[in-house]
Amino acid sequence: MLIRFFFELRDAGVPVSLPEFLTLHEALEARVAECSALDFYHLARLSLVKDERHFDRFDRVFAAHFKGAERFFERLLAEVPADWLRAAAERLFDEEERRKVQSQGSWDELLQKLRDRLAAQKERHEGGNKWIGTGGTSPFGSGGYNPEGVRIGDVGQRQRRAMKVWDQRSYRNFDGEVELGTRNLKLALRRLRKFAREGAADQLDLDATIDSTARNAGWLDLKLVPERRNAVKVLLLLDVGGSMDDHVRICEELFSAARAEFKHLEYFYFHNFIYESVWKDNRRRHAERTSTLQLLRTYNSDYRVVFVGDATMSPYEIVQPGGSVEHWNDEAGSVWMQRITAHFPQLVWLNPEPRERWEYTPSVQLARQLVGGRMFSLTLEGLDAAMRALRKKGAP
Amino acid sequence: MTRNDTQRFTGTERYVATADLGMAVNAALTLGRPLLIKGEPGTGKTQLALEVAGALERPLFEWHVKSTSKAQQGLYEYDAVSRLRDSQLGEARVADIRNYIVRGKLWEAFESEAPPVLLIDEIDKADIEFPNDLLRELDRMEFYVYETRELVRARHRPLIIITSNNEKELPDAFLRRCFFHYIRFPDAETMAKIVDVHYPNLKRELLAEALGAFYRVREMPGLRKKPSTSELLDWLKLLLAEDVPPEALRSDDPKKSIPPLYGALLKNEQDVHLFEQLLFLDRRSR
Repeated sequence: MLIRFFFELRDAGVPVSLPEFLTLHEALEARVAECSALDFYHLARLSLVKDERHFDRFDRVFAAHFKGAERFFERLLAEVPADWLRAAAERLFDEEERRKVQSQGSWDELLQKLRDRLAAQKERHEGGNKWIGTGGTSPFGSGGYNPEGVRIGDVGQRQRRAMKVWDQRSYRNFDGEVELGTRNLKLALRRLRKFAREGAADQLDLDATIDSTARNAGWLDLKLVPERRNAVKVLLLLDVGGSMDDHVRICEELFSAARAEFKHLEYFYFHNFIYESVWKDNRRRHAERTSTLQLLRTYNSDYRVVFVGDATMSPYEIVQPGGSVEHWNDEAGSVWMQRITAHFPQLVWLNPEPRERWEYTPSVQLARQLVGGRMFSLTLEGLDAAMRALRKKGAP
Repeated sequence: MTRNDTQRFTGTERYVATADLGMAVNAALTLGRPLLIKGEPGTGKTQLALEVAGALERPLFEWHVKSTSKAQQGLYEYDAVSRLRDSQLGEARVADIRNYIVRGKLWEAFESEAPPVLLIDEIDKADIEFPNDLLRELDRMEFYVYETRELVRARHRPLIIITSNNEKELPDAFLRRCFFHYIRFPDAETMAKIVDVHYPNLKRELLAEALGAFYRVREMPGLRKKPSTSELLDWLKLLLAEDVPPEALRSDDPKKSIPPLYGALLKNEQDVHLFEQLLFLDRRSR
């Protein structure tokens, strides 16, 4: 049963590997977890999940998997002889409790309750067979676990809270698919780092010095190298105004993260789609413009280009000359985009619109085609993929 | 090498460990695997190693990683420069290379007489290759000193606690060898326990009011750096020193709705500014 759990985790996108799975077994064998499902839940998470972004997925799979087992145990328990149940109940309920239950209902009701409890209790355990094997004295002692907080003997508060641990999905915010803050953004952008030694040689290269000194029969021969710097150059093109107003905050954060991360960062703004000119200062957008041709001449093709925009507009704004909403454009946006993609082989488009909506918006599809499919959502995962795409040259 | 599985960690007098954290430490202890700890800053990641070492009465070795750290530095370093200098001065000890092998923290931990605790603090600060360079050492608990051609093996498998602030992704191969625990921000109940451990004589009502105010500040939307446990503890210390009455922390009192000494909770001028603005708006709307 754990093997199915393992594959369900993998299907849900939690990257579990065989050694980790074996570690879990080793830990179970070493009795790290006592016989409680809360312990088992913690232990399984501890050994199988290595990133808090996957906690939420793990919780969902855990809940689904151990819920699905319920029916199996119900069937099994229907066949448990009543005598055995009675004996178990006598052992588990003390005198006072028995009296209390009897005052509330008949012995049969109690047995039914016990049956229910057994069903509830076992179903969450890691597989039932193991439980019976290791439980020793009784399968429903206080070590047991059951989802509704019904426990034989005292009602365990810890267990009741445990149920919620995976069902309350408290790690939702860490999932890589949700939106991100500045810090996370910086982390994602870091993928693009490329260190290179450029400029004046002003650092002592110890290894080369020693090597060279040794070759020199012991006479000191100092060697210097330039400092290591992040040599990635980035050209950021941001869509402003209109439908982008909804995404101002995330773009702001992306921008500040990029500023902190890249030493060579140039940025320009555009509205809806790229045409013959862009601008740097949004307040003076009509007065001071830079022509896109100049952009192509100024920045050579080792710049990585990142478009940020929702690409949500009328398709005419992309394919028709004069389609722009703001001015008359002699050439269609798609022509300009083709020029840009030809000049900058490393290029991506980040789209803050949720991915699910892309296929219902023709302009998004168009823009996506124009950038060679390299459109990514502005989430942690999307950004990660985008940065990876930026490391490669040309459309995939 | 020996494995010690009789010891268990459940928190100490000064450190409140939740059940899952205790489980994480015990699993790492029993199976001899490294334990990787992540969590918001100020949730006591580094403190954990100190407390575990204290509670289990084990010697602690701390290796604080910086952006310039190399994995090799944890094992040993060959001090070529002093040997070079000595050779130019004609010192006798230059003949033995062993005189120039400087032991790193991992070596020290391996040589320890008693089973040790090794803290590798902020592993994410180092270069991306750093964790990969330690795979074999953490797996087999041994490494080879090329200069002297000797194999260093751990006498006792150390309990290795690794902290990370998530500034870099750690390689999969490394993660696979670790247990992973994420210290969540404590809920109000755990927080009350933590405060109680640090300030046992705190007045109950002051604590209740302070915690209320603290969580209200944390839930304020738009804060860039949310106050964490360590900031709360600092703030409480100040409140105690100033002898602030509990009533002053109640925010439904319109005249005194700013928590006193809030500078201890907010560490960013934009946050302080936002906070003051919101309070101003709040007061006007009453």
